[in-house]
Amino acid sequence: MTTTVRVPERRILADDSQYVSPDSLQAIAETDVTADPRKLPDLSHDEILRYSRHLLLPDVGVEGQRKLKAARVLLIGAGGLGSPLALYLAAAGVGNIGIVDFDVVDVTNLQRQVLHGTSDVGRSKIESARKRLTDVNPFVLLTTYEEALTSANAMKILQGYDLVVDGTDNFPTRYLVNDACVLLGIPNVYGSIYRFEGQASVFATKDGPCYRCLYPEPPPPGLVPSCAEGGVLGVLPGLVGTIQATEAIKLILGIGESLSGRLLLIDALGANFRTVMVRKDPACPACGTRKITQLIDYEQFCGSPHVGGDPKVSLNVPEITPTDAAARLAKDEIDIVDVREPHELAIAKYPKVIAVPLGQLADRIAELPRDRDLVLACRSGVRSAKAVQQLQAAGFTRVWNLAGGIHRWIEEVDPSQPKY
Amino acid sequence: MPATLFLPAILARLADHKQFAVSGATVGELVADAAQRFPALGSRLRDANGEPYPFVTFYLNDEDIRFHGGFGATVSDGDELTVVPAIAGG
Repeated sequence: MTTTVRVPERRILADDSQYVSPDSLQAIAETDVTADPRKLPDLSHDEILRYSRHLLLPDVGVEGQRKLKAARVLLIGAGGLGSPLALYLAAAGVGNIGIVDFDVVDVTNLQRQVLHGTSDVGRSKIESARKRLTDVNPFVLLTTYEEALTSANAMKILQGYDLVVDGTDNFPTRYLVNDACVLLGIPNVYGSIYRFEGQASVFATKDGPCYRCLYPEPPPPGLVPSCAEGGVLGVLPGLVGTIQATEAIKLILGIGESLSGRLLLIDALGANFRTVMVRKDPACPACGTRKITQLIDYEQFCGSPHVGGDPKVSLNVPEITPTDAAARLAKDEIDIVDVREPHELAIAKYPKVIAVPLGQLADRIAELPRDRDLVLACRSGVRSAKAVQQLQAAGFTRVWNLAGGIHRWIEEVDPSQPKY
Repeated sequence: MPATLFLPAILARLADHKQFAVSGATVGELVADAAQRFPALGSRLRDANGEPYPFVTFYLNDEDIRFHGGFGATVSDGDELTVVPAIAGG
């Protein structure tokens, strides 16, 4: 579903007839407004007042603000990174913002996804974002795409934007965004987070490296836990997302030193920020040899059993419901193997378990009985599904995944405990 | 040559440290030193053939070792070896 929200009439470009849409970000950044002032949209008196603190900056000024107004920026994801990105880019006066997201606001998002509020829980993130951003800056033209970004729709959605900002939460979409940006020649402002650490860079500029130059191969599924599995400091996407927003604005204005060719490593616990060099790889199949001429199947490329770390989508392993598991446990017919981390066990418990965190499973596999029916359990059923696959690969045949994890256990068996 | 190895959080738990001193004349020797002390970490830094584990990037100071001879890149006194993993959270 694609919805374009039109700006209110009184806020339409001051002189629409003079507005010539620039073809690319570079055109905006390099626009010499003194030579041809008609290439950029004018600012209304209301806008001039609103952007006063930008206009006072010599490196932004009226011309810079007009570049921001002319810019078309697409945000992939309205989650942790997408929240500060959308808020700051809208507030800064980026004139045309597109947002792609298919998700619904969940209460567990609110610890970090500051674009959404308590009253938005259950509402689509796109709808919530639109409501909030319209309040932040009604001068912004929002275009929303309430769908997952896929190989089938990516080129069509990205085309026409000057800049893409990657705020996704999974490897397949990151490779998809990269390849689409390289094919279309659109710079990609990258950011990613895990627990207390973050990364940011700018990829796919005209002469710069791309995501594949840095990470030629995706890690195998399960090697790198998602934020839903491993947790994330709530403020971290704020740190990284605002860096991405800063890079986006610098690219639009054509000022400063871009992160293109450098990777910023952020360690929130150590309060360390450092950059390392990212070289353009001549052998890169995307931006080097240009072997990749069209988008591929990124789920397959990443070996992903499911999209986006979505805990609601189960892997293809044998399952048992909490109700059935509880009945069999009462008759001592099964053992529950809890693969959660020790600090999670203190929040909510299964009644009787063999506790082996997923990361230790390979080393402690000998502790598990092969002559018993084993039910692998975790918080939502994703990690335990991986554990089932791991045990199956090790020759276990009597293994099941506890569907829905402790969340569903609490709903069906023991409502006295908190969900987390 | 004495150098310092910096690990991301995702790997630091395998060594109980985010950074520690390692020694060697090449990056490969620095990694071997770390792997000897922390075998579980070793399997996330080197593949079965002893080559750089493909899902992390090694930086000697600020430079990606892939463009400087891989594990053969020579180390100077006080160099910093940083392991950068691909992360995807957002």
